[in-house]
Amino acid sequence: MSGDLIHLCVNGQSVAVPEGANVVAAVAQVTTRFRRSVHGEPRAPLCGMGVCFECRVRVDGHANLRACMTPVREGMQVQTDD
Amino acid sequence: MTERYDVLVVGAGPAGLAAAQAAASHGRRVGVIDAQARPGGQVWRHDIAKPPTRAAQAAIAAIDHVELLAGHTVIASEGHTLRTESAHGAHDLEYSALILATGARELLLPFPGWTLPGVTGAGGLQALVKQGWPITGKRVIVAGSGPLLLAAADSLRTHGAQLLGIHEQAPARTMAAFTAQLWRWPERAMQALGLRARLASVPYRFGSHVRAAFGRETLEAVEIVGPHGVQRVACDHLAVGYGLVPDTGLARLLGCALQDGAVHPGVRVDSFGRTSVTHVFAAGEACGIGGLAVARIEGAIAGHAAAGDDASATALLRRRTRARRFSGLLARSFALVPHLHALATPQTTVCRCEDVPLGALDDFSDTRAARLASRCGMGACQGRICGSALAELGRFMPAGSGRPPLFPARLDSLAASAGDLSVTADC
Repeated sequence: MSGDLIHLCVNGQSVAVPEGANVVAAVAQVTTRFRRSVHGEPRAPLCGMGVCFECRVRVDGHANLRACMTPVREGMQVQTDD
Repeated sequence: MTERYDVLVVGAGPAGLAAAQAAASHGRRVGVIDAQARPGGQVWRHDIAKPPTRAAQAAIAAIDHVELLAGHTVIASEGHTLRTESAHGAHDLEYSALILATGARELLLPFPGWTLPGVTGAGGLQALVKQGWPITGKRVIVAGSGPLLLAAADSLRTHGAQLLGIHEQAPARTMAAFTAQLWRWPERAMQALGLRARLASVPYRFGSHVRAAFGRETLEAVEIVGPHGVQRVACDHLAVGYGLVPDTGLARLLGCALQDGAVHPGVRVDSFGRTSVTHVFAAGEACGIGGLAVARIEGAIAGHAAAGDDASATALLRRRTRARRFSGLLARSFALVPHLHALATPQTTVCRCEDVPLGALDDFSDTRAARLASRCGMGACQGRICGSALAELGRFMPAGSGRPPLFPARLDSLAASAGDLSVTADC
């Protein structure tokens, strides 16, 4: 099923994931921490389906996108909340 | 610009696809909205490593003549119009009849350590691996309650996870009684047998739950309480979910009445799926957790009824009653044991968006006062996670506010062409 690989950049690091994957898969290759909570705790995806907002990242300059709801595209620039 | 539909369906899962197919069979102009990029909902979610099941393929192929609005999130409503947001901006969709097939979400309960990276829902981790989350060789504990644990474990196994165990909170005697009833639903029995066979090498423990997770920056170990005492197990992932709850956010925004007396009420409907609001129907998990078979039948009933064909809807009613009976058995069999309500300590974070500990809510007797003072439920998820958890714990916070914007939205989506779409700030 997984045909071509899509290349993205997560926190400045180059990552390849199968076509049809979501951004969440690319970020997971680079870090276990997607964002920091209001008190600075590390956080990562919880619900996997767009409800909890724990996986929000910056994609191509757009802040607060849910990585689990965002399909990957070639050349995407992703930044976690570090 | 406003698009007009005879029948608009929200949710492209099993119920929504059936509803769209039924409504379109009467020649109506039908649109299906889904927040995900692909149709299928959660149970038929696209898996990057596996072709879709035949049932999923057929259901998706059957909406060939229906307009699928994928990647659209409903943010507000006015009269017979929904405003959605997609990557391309805001859209106004007008309908003559609306069918809510918004499905369910996982019930996630707070316990010490549940905010650590590596702790996810059970269905949550299943959804993540289907999206490409790297799991090969990772040590995974599956825990919580319900048939979803087996389905999730099966997906994780397919993707190469090292499954250390499945921990079902329901006691062994309840599970034995459940299994003894299964023959009455042969399809479900076969499905369960198949799952058990594929997971034969994985320990499946009853009367067993995770009480705490440990780790510094990420999950390192969990503590499991079972009939034979407490054990600490090193792992990379904990996939823990306590079953499903109906997603009623949009129904509440529209003013649809919910069922009385339930901890996690579904949308109140009559046998044709009609809600308390004229021209608004609901089907499937949104009306109470019933599973795939219920969703398909109720979707079709609502689709026919919304298109004005009561005869076709009536013809399906007996099948619906039978399928719904299974949901009753599920609810009884996987009822949560009381000590799960006591896992969170006063220090345990309950609202993950605003880092509010459970103890911060102790001095309040009403939702509004607690929200204003603690910010509980006022973050990005709008109380979706903590609201259901607190309802389950017998506290007061209702799940989500039911006010627009239904999901966080861009300001220009809310302002676009203004119209009269009422949007009140939530805080």
